[in-house]
Amino acid sequence: MTNEISRRVFLKSTTAVLGSALVVGFDPHDVLASSKSASNLTPFIRIDADGTVTAIIKHFECGQGTATGLATLIAEELNLPLDRVEVEFAPADASKYGNALFGGIQGTGGSTAMANSFMQYRIAGAAAREMLIDAAAEVWGIPHFEITISDGKLNADNRSAPISEFVSNASGRSVPEEPKLKDPSEFRVIGNPGTKRRDNEAKINGTATFAMDIQLDNQIVAVVLRSPRFGGTLASFDDTSAKDITGYIRAEAFPTGAGVIVYAENTWAALQARDALTVEWDFSAAENRSSDQIKKDLLTAVNSDSEFDARGSAVKTGTALEEASQVIEKEFFFPYLAHATMEPLTCTIAPTQTGVILYDGCQMPTGAQAALAAVLQIPAENIEIKTVYAGGTFGRRSTQTADYHVEAALAFALNGGQQPVKLVWSREDDIKGGYYRPAFAHKVRIGIGDNGQITGWDHRIAGKPIFKGGAWDAFMVQNGVDNSSVEGVRDTLYDIPNQYVGLTDDKSPISVNWWRSVGHSHTAFVMETMMDLAAQAANQDPIEYRLNYLSGGTPDQERMSAVLRLAAEKSGWGNAASNGNSLGVALHKSFGTFVAEVVEVSGDADDAISIEKVTCVVDCGVPVNPDVIIAQMESGIGYGIGHIMRNEIAFEDGIVVQSNFPDYEPLRISDIGEIETHIIPSTEAPTGVGEPSTPPSGPALANAIAAKGLRVTHLPLSANGVNFA
Amino acid sequence: MSISLNINGENRSVDVPSDTPLLWVIRDELQLTGTKFGCGVASCGACTVHVDGQPVRSCQTYLEDIEGSEITTIEGVKSKTAEAVFEAWDELNVVQCGYCQSGQVMSAIGLLEESPKPTVEEIEAYMWGNVCRCATYQRIRAAVQLAAEKLEA
Repeated sequence: MTNEISRRVFLKSTTAVLGSALVVGFDPHDVLASSKSASNLTPFIRIDADGTVTAIIKHFECGQGTATGLATLIAEELNLPLDRVEVEFAPADASKYGNALFGGIQGTGGSTAMANSFMQYRIAGAAAREMLIDAAAEVWGIPHFEITISDGKLNADNRSAPISEFVSNASGRSVPEEPKLKDPSEFRVIGNPGTKRRDNEAKINGTATFAMDIQLDNQIVAVVLRSPRFGGTLASFDDTSAKDITGYIRAEAFPTGAGVIVYAENTWAALQARDALTVEWDFSAAENRSSDQIKKDLLTAVNSDSEFDARGSAVKTGTALEEASQVIEKEFFFPYLAHATMEPLTCTIAPTQTGVILYDGCQMPTGAQAALAAVLQIPAENIEIKTVYAGGTFGRRSTQTADYHVEAALAFALNGGQQPVKLVWSREDDIKGGYYRPAFAHKVRIGIGDNGQITGWDHRIAGKPIFKGGAWDAFMVQNGVDNSSVEGVRDTLYDIPNQYVGLTDDKSPISVNWWRSVGHSHTAFVMETMMDLAAQAANQDPIEYRLNYLSGGTPDQERMSAVLRLAAEKSGWGNAASNGNSLGVALHKSFGTFVAEVVEVSGDADDAISIEKVTCVVDCGVPVNPDVIIAQMESGIGYGIGHIMRNEIAFEDGIVVQSNFPDYEPLRISDIGEIETHIIPSTEAPTGVGEPSTPPSGPALANAIAAKGLRVTHLPLSANGVNFA
Repeated sequence: MSISLNINGENRSVDVPSDTPLLWVIRDELQLTGTKFGCGVASCGACTVHVDGQPVRSCQTYLEDIEGSEITTIEGVKSKTAEAVFEAWDELNVVQCGYCQSGQVMSAIGLLEESPKPTVEEIEAYMWGNVCRCATYQRIRAAVQLAAEKLEA
């Protein structure tokens, strides 16, 4: 008898835990719904019967703080401390989790995570709150308005009970059509500078699982030997020597000719066996140029008539320049750059009952799913994706060809498709493996009038387009102009008269990709160098000069000006530095976010420059997690400055010269002194923070060094005459 | 061949060639994945572990060279210093992508064991070999100082 009762109780409570959770999200028509009202629900929040609140995160976490940010929105609407909201990554399903800013593809990029989700997560959280309060109102027999919610409890005049007591009741209720969002004046979690990241603990004590850490039963490791020249194809290979390596299994040629897959029982054996292969390549269609020639070709292109008119305005700058009292002219060169994420690329594919499961720090689940479906010839819905932490991306974990996912799928299929296969890239693979920030050249000629004003601006750009011919060509390319080649120039916030922007595409087989801030990574450098030179020619203060060209009264110009003014104030701009240090300024808008930076340097340009301080001001709309924003500003500045100081991917007869960190030297702890960030208070919709601090960082540094007497416009700085301490 | 080693206070036996880097023994054989593979050439510090209390780069440490030594990984590091470092890292929200951080933490513990109150210059010199591609360096500097204060208190 006793046993019988216990069993019943057990069954009931199990049902309560599994069946009566309150789950709120959106149905396929983007209408707010719960698991009761919609069978095909996209859940954004789940409250379990025991009261545990979980935010279901649709974007991936590569360090930018998305998981913390989205959990913050849920915590705010439920009046719950952030550390009481659990986070879970959503499975791959574009029909449920499409990114509205990517035309419905599920993915993270372009600093869109917060912009895309700010309202969705708040509405879902507010609906869950209203449903819990409705439940308590019924149970307690008092009006809804007498009940409040906070710290996981529902409260009325003389009573209080944990939300767990109302989850079951709430889950059966209808979803409010328009739940009332909290007024920004009531925000306690959003905008709280003291919030902790939700992923701190696991990432500090080593328990966080990254894709590189996946270890499944019976798993083997695959590494790929790729052509040392871009566009080369495999002719033949011989693995006789590899057979001596303990743990080596075998090698297979890619059917595409792209290389050789080496299988082994563990990573070390795979890497060693690959080194032992003898391979012949066909380089007849390969890139065989060296860096000097690549640079010369791009500079020739910007000194010639351009292929495309990027503004389509057919502005003739000729007269404006001819009649100017002086013309400033500069050439710029930006080398290829690797992303060099801290975690080299890797993913694991394992068989399931109906298809496969992909373990990946997956930036673009829809793309990965499509790639696996195409290679493995199985329906997308039978491909599960387990998203784990990504050890950085900076854009690299998402390519339009889904390159490493295709490699992993081929490796899985060529091994028979019955055994888990983990694809591993080494650091050398990463540095030599392409999908670079493309090399670009710019040539700019500015006419300066008698009063120092700009009379015309002739701007020519050449480089390999990122989107043209790819999956998003239709969105990003118009009239032959790939937006990513000219963004930040043709849409500059400065009121520049008679601006012509010409573009010539480079057609090298070297693979290219978006790289933290994409086109802005070179266009901001050019714009902000030229504005400094124009101010100098006009004999005016660089900040005052910029403000003049931002005085047209548009909302964007006003936000940018406010950011710039605060940067001037906080950096001590204008107070003549008695210590001999010099300051450089740059500003840029990208991904909807406005950033200005002032870099302070000491030392002599040709001897030993030290970066003493960077002052950064950002306007990214409502600051959801101020400390995450500050961290992203610091990160983007370090990333930008590190590369502009000393990084390049160079080629010798088509072969990448660099191979690992010793010759692609990353930013180190001693390279930058202090970074001080200020956030402009705002009620505008939040915009991205992962990328926008990168574009101004390089030109602000270069402008500071120019104030020391050395103006460098070919990058990296250290290869063009600047010595750093 | 079978090799025995003392890791996180336990004696473990692994069957690998003796020229296998310690990193791959730790990760692939012992499945202690908190120690990370970043470069393989001792240039980034993601693979930092302690051998007899000293931080070393496990990707360039070979089993034959460390016979009889005590190896400690991020999973096994336990001391007052380690606790202070963990707390400081949490309080200052140091981590971003997090992939380098177990190596950063292992180096920071090594530094504070050796020099309980390091100057900024000492911190920069000691931590120079630990790369963070998210550039969390400013917070690492501050967190080492905060951990030092905690230890002093």
